[in-house]
Amino acid sequence: MILVFAETNGKISKAALEAASYGANLAKQNNTSCTLVTYGNNNDLNLFAKHGINKILQASALQNPDSAQLSKLVVAAAEKENASTIIFSHDLTGRAVAPRVAARLNAGLVSGAVALPEANTIKVNVFSGKAAAYVEVLSDKKVISVMPNSVGITTIDTSINIESFNPETGTAKVIVKETKKNEGEISLPEAELVVSGGRGLKGPENWGMIEELAKLLGAATACSRPVADIGWRPHHEHVGQTGIAIAPNLYIAIGISGAIQHLAGVNRSKVIVVINTDAEAPFFKAADYGIVGDAFEVVPKLIESVKKFKAAAN
Amino acid sequence: MKILVCISKAPDTTTKIAFTDNDTKFNESGVQYIVNPYDEWYALVRALELTENSGGNVTTITVGSAADEAIIRKALAIGANDAVRIDAVPEDAYYVAKQIASYAKDKNFDLIMCGKETIDYNGSQVGAMIAELLDMPYVSLATKLDVNNDTATLERDIQGGTEVIECKLPLVLSAAKGMAEQRIPNMRGIMAARTKPLTVIQPVEAPKLTAYKKFTLPPAKSACKMISPDNVEELVNLLHTEAKVI
Repeated sequence: MILVFAETNGKISKAALEAASYGANLAKQNNTSCTLVTYGNNNDLNLFAKHGINKILQASALQNPDSAQLSKLVVAAAEKENASTIIFSHDLTGRAVAPRVAARLNAGLVSGAVALPEANTIKVNVFSGKAAAYVEVLSDKKVISVMPNSVGITTIDTSINIESFNPETGTAKVIVKETKKNEGEISLPEAELVVSGGRGLKGPENWGMIEELAKLLGAATACSRPVADIGWRPHHEHVGQTGIAIAPNLYIAIGISGAIQHLAGVNRSKVIVVINTDAEAPFFKAADYGIVGDAFEVVPKLIESVKKFKAAAN
Repeated sequence: MKILVCISKAPDTTTKIAFTDNDTKFNESGVQYIVNPYDEWYALVRALELTENSGGNVTTITVGSAADEAIIRKALAIGANDAVRIDAVPEDAYYVAKQIASYAKDKNFDLIMCGKETIDYNGSQVGAMIAELLDMPYVSLATKLDVNNDTATLERDIQGGTEVIECKLPLVLSAAKGMAEQRIPNMRGIMAARTKPLTVIQPVEAPKLTAYKKFTLPPAKSACKMISPDNVEELVNLLHTEAKVI
């Protein structure tokens, strides 16, 4: 039996559907069934019947749980369902809960899986995306967290049973006091399209065109480390080895030379476009499409072209 | 305040990654090791700032061989008060977490801090495992940390915003970018580090639950298609018809 943990607050996220799909495919591979455990009061859980989930355990009594409570919830569900493998998304919550569950169950954890198990090993990215590793779990019980935007969402029609499931999980010790929204921005870690700027843009006052291009494309904005360090852009936009690692479908790098540390954060992008004045910039070696030119000439032209394209598409 | 900072070694960020023994082992020849940046720049430096403001002690802990003492001395040079090395090879996250939890369990640390992940195996596992083994609360990827009396206030980036979190000490957390700024050790720190206590202890019995069987390098990228700056429309066209990403 495969157990998937997913958060289902508000609109069910892509990461949740990816984890569910991974679990369902793994269940199919092993001729077994797949149960999903979640918390809260979402009424749209039937959606998972399109993604191969046979049963849902819903802890409706649990509101704003911390990682210790979620660990207890998942461990209780794993015992109830006699789960051999437990699947998480390798997102903020998964990073906190999956290792807790693994430690509680003495189960080996593979974090950041990018493919289904093959010949008893699971593929993950290592060295910040500069290499891949095949990991074997040596324990009977296994925990796997799935790298967002890596395994896809599959459609498998099932009928689904939703059961209320409220085991004892204690009280929350970690309390969320306040949530601040970044108004109008697209969240960078989950963005499918990203427009990123570097020192080649010469100053924070020149980010208007980056933001305009991003808005037109429906993309998130990002930046290189020097730009975040000198305060031109906020830290949460820094992508790279010591910032955040992203895997969008399209990454447009403008005025970024492409140091190895920056590439480590973006090399899982499906398509990379590089715009740089320096034809020798190392980023061109990692790019799919390149333009050697001045950002202040190329980006306004690009904005016009995208406008035309969008107008034609509508 | 007593703080334990988990420090791990990692290959320097400019290392060219290669493998040996039929692609089953990381090729260490010529590799310069550093303190894992997340452990050093964010966790360790913030721990030092907190104790500098309100008193206390920062201990670093590393599971590793004698060769790791160079990076441990670096952490001491930056300002940690003392260090512990558990003499074992850190091959599996559970094994490492078990070692650190077993050391920390009767030491009454107020905070146990880790970096977000190491830049080599990128597991992001050890901190939360320590929390579970010690029955302590855990916050992943904190970007800010303040402590007032017995309460920690943290921030972290969530989808589309940030959240402010409170938790009574003791607490285990992982530190991400934003928590502190990198510190370069000065000569006085480097001299002082030589005589700061570095205790070596033997590992406890613990199983290894995972094994890295094989490594591969990503396939070489096909050549970049160059587009003239006078023909930007062609780029939009290719992104739509060829790459199919817009």
